[in-house]
Amino acid sequence: MALLGMRGLSVFISDVRNCQNKEQERLRVDKELGNIRTRFKNEKGLTPYEKKKYVWKMLYIYMLGFDVDFGHMEAVSLISAPKYPEKQVGYIVTSCLLNENHDFLRLAINTVRNDIIGRNETFQCLALTMVGNIGGREFAESLSPDVQKLLLSSSCRPLVRKKAALCLLRLYRKNPDVVNVDGWADRMAQLLDERDLGVLTSSMSLLVALVSNHHEAYWSCLPKCVKILERLARNQDILQEYNYYGIPSPWLQVKTMRALQYFPTVEDPNTRRSLFEVLQKILMGTDVVKNVNKNNASHAVLFEALALVMHLDAEKEMMSQCAALLGKFIAVREPNIRYLGLENMTRMLMVTDVQDIIKRHQAQIITSLKDPDISIRRRALDLLYGMCDISNAKDIVEELLQYLSTADFAMREELSLKAAILAEKFAPDLSWYVDVILQLIDKAGDFVSDDIWFRVVQFVTNNEDLQPYAAAKVREYLDKPAIHETMVKVSAYLLGEFGHLLARRPGCSPKEIFSIIHEKLPTVSTSTIPILLSTYAKILMHRQPRDLELQNQIWAIFNKYESCIDAEIQQRAVEYFALSRKGEALLDILAEMPKFPERQSSLIKKAEDTEVDTAEQSAIKLRAQQQMSNALVVTDQRPANGTPPVSQLSLVKMPSMNNNVELSSAEEASSQENGALSIVDPQPPSADVQGDLLGPLAIEGPPGTTVHPEQNVSSGLEHIVDEATAIVPVEEETYSVQPIGNISERFRALCFKDSGVLYEDPYIQIGIKAEWRAHQGKLVLFLGNKNTSPLVSVQAIILPPSHLKMELSLVPETIPPRAQVQCPLEVMNLRPSRDAAVIDFSYKFGNNMVNVKLRLPAVLNKFFQPISISAEEFFPQWRSLSGPPLKLQEVVRGVRPLPLLEMENLLNSYRLTICPGLDPNPNNLVASTTFYSEGTRAMLCLVRIETDPADRTQLRMTVASGDPALTYELTEFIKEQLVSIPIAPHVPTPLVAQPTSSPAALTDPGAMLAALL
Amino acid sequence: MIRFILLQNRQGKTRLAKYYVPLEDSEKHKVEYEVHRLVVNRDAKFTNFVEFRTHKVIYRRYAGLFFSLCVDITDNELAYLECIHLFVEILDHFFSNVCELDLVFNFHKVYLILDEFILAGELQETSKKAIIERMGELEKLE
Repeated sequence: MALLGMRGLSVFISDVRNCQNKEQERLRVDKELGNIRTRFKNEKGLTPYEKKKYVWKMLYIYMLGFDVDFGHMEAVSLISAPKYPEKQVGYIVTSCLLNENHDFLRLAINTVRNDIIGRNETFQCLALTMVGNIGGREFAESLSPDVQKLLLSSSCRPLVRKKAALCLLRLYRKNPDVVNVDGWADRMAQLLDERDLGVLTSSMSLLVALVSNHHEAYWSCLPKCVKILERLARNQDILQEYNYYGIPSPWLQVKTMRALQYFPTVEDPNTRRSLFEVLQKILMGTDVVKNVNKNNASHAVLFEALALVMHLDAEKEMMSQCAALLGKFIAVREPNIRYLGLENMTRMLMVTDVQDIIKRHQAQIITSLKDPDISIRRRALDLLYGMCDISNAKDIVEELLQYLSTADFAMREELSLKAAILAEKFAPDLSWYVDVILQLIDKAGDFVSDDIWFRVVQFVTNNEDLQPYAAAKVREYLDKPAIHETMVKVSAYLLGEFGHLLARRPGCSPKEIFSIIHEKLPTVSTSTIPILLSTYAKILMHRQPRDLELQNQIWAIFNKYESCIDAEIQQRAVEYFALSRKGEALLDILAEMPKFPERQSSLIKKAEDTEVDTAEQSAIKLRAQQQMSNALVVTDQRPANGTPPVSQLSLVKMPSMNNNVELSSAEEASSQENGALSIVDPQPPSADVQGDLLGPLAIEGPPGTTVHPEQNVSSGLEHIVDEATAIVPVEEETYSVQPIGNISERFRALCFKDSGVLYEDPYIQIGIKAEWRAHQGKLVLFLGNKNTSPLVSVQAIILPPSHLKMELSLVPETIPPRAQVQCPLEVMNLRPSRDAAVIDFSYKFGNNMVNVKLRLPAVLNKFFQPISISAEEFFPQWRSLSGPPLKLQEVVRGVRPLPLLEMENLLNSYRLTICPGLDPNPNNLVASTTFYSEGTRAMLCLVRIETDPADRTQLRMTVASGDPALTYELTEFIKEQLVSIPIAPHVPTPLVAQPTSSPAALTDPGAMLAALL
Repeated sequence: MIRFILLQNRQGKTRLAKYYVPLEDSEKHKVEYEVHRLVVNRDAKFTNFVEFRTHKVIYRRYAGLFFSLCVDITDNELAYLECIHLFVEILDHFFSNVCELDLVFNFHKVYLILDEFILAGELQETSKKAIIERMGELEKLE
């Protein structure tokens, strides 16, 4: 009964408990509140004991959920009571009722300060506790010196000092300036020598907050933290009372390891060794035991140790140990451990390149996606999202879609957002992306935000190849009996824009499309009707001119909505009606929407923007941000996670519609290898090239196996290229990075197309996209990091030949994990020359430097502009250029035997326009082009090739232009393309990875070029 | 860091609420209501962790009482889960065989104990013995 010190309070609590219902309770509480109010008013009559009792009652009432604002003042005033019992109530109740933003607290600052600096230890404790729990900025500014003094004082009991440590932590969180970094580092280190575990535990929390902001200043604390860990985990050198189920203070162990995670590395080898010994012991020595509490405590320590090992990026064996442990955890039945296994695997993805190990557990993770516990499902979803890349995107997204139908509402929104993002980021082809989004809308329309369907419309609008496919797809969905309104929106929009592309298919005439969309109108809300009206207007434009019936139907609808109460609908109806009477002009006004500007996916932005609110920045995030900040400056606001810009998304494969286009890039590559250059792809190569580009991270590119080098019939140009790839003299081959695909093949392909992959290895993909205008070119290099860890020391140096002026924008030093950065490169052609520019590219992955020199496809023919010329223009020019050096004639032998048609195609692909009919001899070819350089300006070039049907390996070639150098260079250029020079089969050239310390070889451009050419 | 600590019974009555972040009263009521709803229906075989807004709640049920800690998403879950148990052991020791009624009639003592255990949202003392002794000292002062 001693505990029930206050009888009145107990009686009141009993009364409230005995109330039958909420109403009675309210009446009882109101009565009490009235009583308290009156008693407080006549303050004179109140004894300190009574005051204390009423304030406690108030707290109880407050806990029941009632408003007790009127009593704040009373509670605060008790703080200045002279005796402990009242003071205690004042402090405790104030810290429950008020928060740091209450003005009343200011009134107490002076009293609080006096208690802190006073000699009464009990008062010090009360004051420190309240400030530690609800102190705000003002407290921080006026009290922190006093609190620091208490923490460091040798005369204070540990009881006071541990409270001071946490009180200071609170003040520091409110205002970091209150702790002077310089002065505190040493004191902090001293505090870590503390023997009392209560003070040490509190100080460790303080240290975590300090190092999370300024780890550099607290280096001296690092070895001490390791000592503490050793003391706890190895020597178990602590008082018995700090053992928790036999484990030496698991909380202090966890905090200490948390603090260590904020230091980037442990440099001192001895400290490092000691730390790893402890970590190894924890990793190996933690067994599953029966006692739940012991098990939890030991695993709390284990998981923190895992996090620390991941952070320190230990020797490979330790990391694989971690991965193995996590693999075990995600398969156990104990839900907490499984949850933590999944969570830590996700964290592991962020710090190291363990994608492959984790992928092995994909099936297990997917099982957890179906766990009855939403917490586990969420972790599984996060992990699947994090581990998704091009290789498993299809599987994972399909799992998510499947799960979507059965998922509970709490998760559907997140699921559909994540599925949409993954589909966008890793689409192997755009049609798949469209399929995924449409399925998403179909299965979970309510949870698909507008952003998602806007995005699919952007993609379709910007990718012509995709339009008929997407239109056909949405048309299919419209046949379903009940579809979600979002599906109505997206299908109406797409069919309005692109429905006419389907016109010849059954069920897709403008009339049929109109009626199936119009069927949905009665079911949709007012926000969708304007979209439908636009669709009708577009259908009206595409209808057969004689289809008056359809026209009247649509006009009738416009008429109907002319008086609609919704302004947007009304305006559209009126305007479309008026516009549709304009006849021909309609075609311009209602033309297809222009392409959307490339922009960051708002979805991905949304996903990135979700900030988590934590007291200390997470160590992992902190590092990620530091790495990213570098790249973002120069990457033209590109998202750090490597989202491809709109126009670059993947290769468009249209499964059902256009079979002959389905040349995979591998097939294409090999067909080119075989010299079948004359096949002019019906589909300009740009589509697949962009696929590759885009693929930067999502690479499906043909691996070396699909290339048949021995069959290669190569040209002179290629020969040169080959040498270009024989990179740096091999000195110590510690570790070599194999390029994926054939570098010279890639270069050659890029010589006659404007975008594609220039280089690829397991870590990076370099794509290129070029635009040429007269003597100028704009190239963009796409540097895509394929890994989950950053590429560092990235360097690109351009070594231009003398005839090109080139300017490369800044290349970021770091490419964040899975990010793609763009580096624009400006080119200006000064005069004709066949020399090519070289880019000296290097980066560091782990401890290895990779260096590669690549020829850039800024070659002679890029400065050609095809021109078709008539006989009247040709002959005078031909005659006026009468002989060397302006006109050169040469008999070329050893030509690769090509049918005439293929030769024409070959020339065409180099932008030399074949002019048929100018030469009466059908075995001869005449071609023309305009060459641009700063020196020559636009200059007409004329070419005549006389072939011998009896011997296809020789021909006579005449080249003419107004510039001797140009004539010479062009002659040689064409020869290179036509002549076959037998060369040794390609051997994939290993790129040499050098130890970082060795200087990058061949930095002198002159020496380099000499070696190349 | 612990954002707040709640002790609630199955009906959702708050037996103790301690906030280490500034919340308005209306927000506190909402939080208490939501956290209760979040944990009360979870199966005993589920994890002791559940996401709550941008944080997570680590909770544990003892008889009809739910002890919930709201912590940062990056915090060590199991460490906080055992922190709940340590708190319960301290209460159990202090009240010798604690039950819900002890906590109701002695709520002010519970606040006192909590203040010796956790401060500024961080663990202050993990020795049961040290806390019980301290409580003895304080009782003498009253």
